Amino acid sequence: MKLLFRGGVVAGALFAALAAQADEEANLVINGDIEITVRTDAPEHVAQLGTIYSGWVFRSDETQSLQMDDFENPGMIFVDDAIDAWNTVDGTAGNSCAACHGEPESLAGVRAVYPKWNDEAEEVRTIAMQVNGCRTERMGAEAWKYDGKEMINMEALIASVSRGMPVDVAIDGPAQSMWELGREIYYTRFGQLDLSCANCHEDNYGNNIRSDHLSQGQINGFPTYRLKNAQLNGVQSRFRGCIRDTRGETYGVGVEELIALELYVASRGNGLSVEGPSVRN
Amino acid sequence: MKRIITASAFTVAATLAFAEDVAPDNVVFSEYGEVEASLSGQAGDPAAGLQIMVSRGKGNCIACHQVTALQEYPFHGDVGPILDGVGGYRTAEELRGILANPKMTFEGTIMPAFYRTSGFNRPGNAFTGKAAEGELAPLLTAQEIEDVVAYLQTLQD
Repeated sequence: MKLLFRGGVVAGALFAALAAQADEEANLVINGDIEITVRTDAPEHVAQLGTIYSGWVFRSDETQSLQMDDFENPGMIFVDDAIDAWNTVDGTAGNSCAACHGEPESLAGVRAVYPKWNDEAEEVRTIAMQVNGCRTERMGAEAWKYDGKEMINMEALIASVSRGMPVDVAIDGPAQSMWELGREIYYTRFGQLDLSCANCHEDNYGNNIRSDHLSQGQINGFPTYRLKNAQLNGVQSRFRGCIRDTRGETYGVGVEELIALELYVASRGNGLSVEGPSVRN
Repeated sequence: MKRIITASAFTVAATLAFAEDVAPDNVVFSEYGEVEASLSGQAGDPAAGLQIMVSRGKGNCIACHQVTALQEYPFHGDVGPILDGVGGYRTAEELRGILANPKMTFEGTIMPAFYRTSGFNRPGNAFTGKAAEGELAPLLTAQEIEDVVAYLQTLQD
């Protein structure tokens, strides 16, 4: 917290232009009911952070409030779309999601533990990979495009039923090698600006780059409705955007490097609540 | 055809204009990261340097540094040190070296190198996310580095 304060006080004293600082002490309760942990002790594997913070903490009062009521959260419109898709039969097996899973609420807790090792497939799978596993293997349906509209909407629905539950991604056992790859990527500098994830989101969270207020880059809120592009955004698309912004050659969504990075970054938020679909700027 | 001729004429003109520049790979840093001589062979223009400091498409120095003298330009970042008075406690040689490649002065710094074109991991084609094609251009030209050095030297307490 000290770091956050220092940035805020110096900037505020010198430049009134930065007056739209976030209320970093605010607490998030959704619909007056779902309590969200937006700050908590860092898990042991990122002890250097001391405290971990949801990206919600770093946003303006106006943006923060949009996430406190589902009728104001634009991301929830897409959750409704996904409920329709959930109940729609698709593919040669004549199944819908509902045919096997019943109500979406039956998947409460799933988002909290993904990405996760899949024994049968012998790979770490993101939610998107698992959804496509269901579609192609159980439903006989076409795979959805990674981070495409249908997929992101479904991810938002799956996240929404876990809201308030603590992120608890496993980093050991068979997932360990992918987790280590993700950690390596997190600390690797990319592009002509020569920036790693850590340069901004570990060393400088709470500080500003021009008008961008740097968060810890936590992903417990994904998929995220961004006011900037007025749509739901997938986490790997966000990673792509960050690497692009280093003047770097980015990766495609769904490749091993970004799956590994998603696993690693998710684990840095172990203990925060699932928030998706969240609202950010 | 006309376009090709125009392009080649431009290349020739550009080559002539930068004939005196020290190429990015040939910049010599002292043990402490200083660069002794002007990269362009010319003096810097502080007024041009100011514009580079505040322009998002150029140096955008205020993205990370606060400068009280530039308060009329909004949104100064606070990732790097405040630059007030920097011209008083840093020499031109130090400033030139830090701008060209700050890692030679401050190991592990977040600050990008503004006059470096090699040694990057997955360099891109500007902000497209695609791989770089051919040789990279430095983020600032040799003369633009000199202009920023000249501006920073005007920042005295």
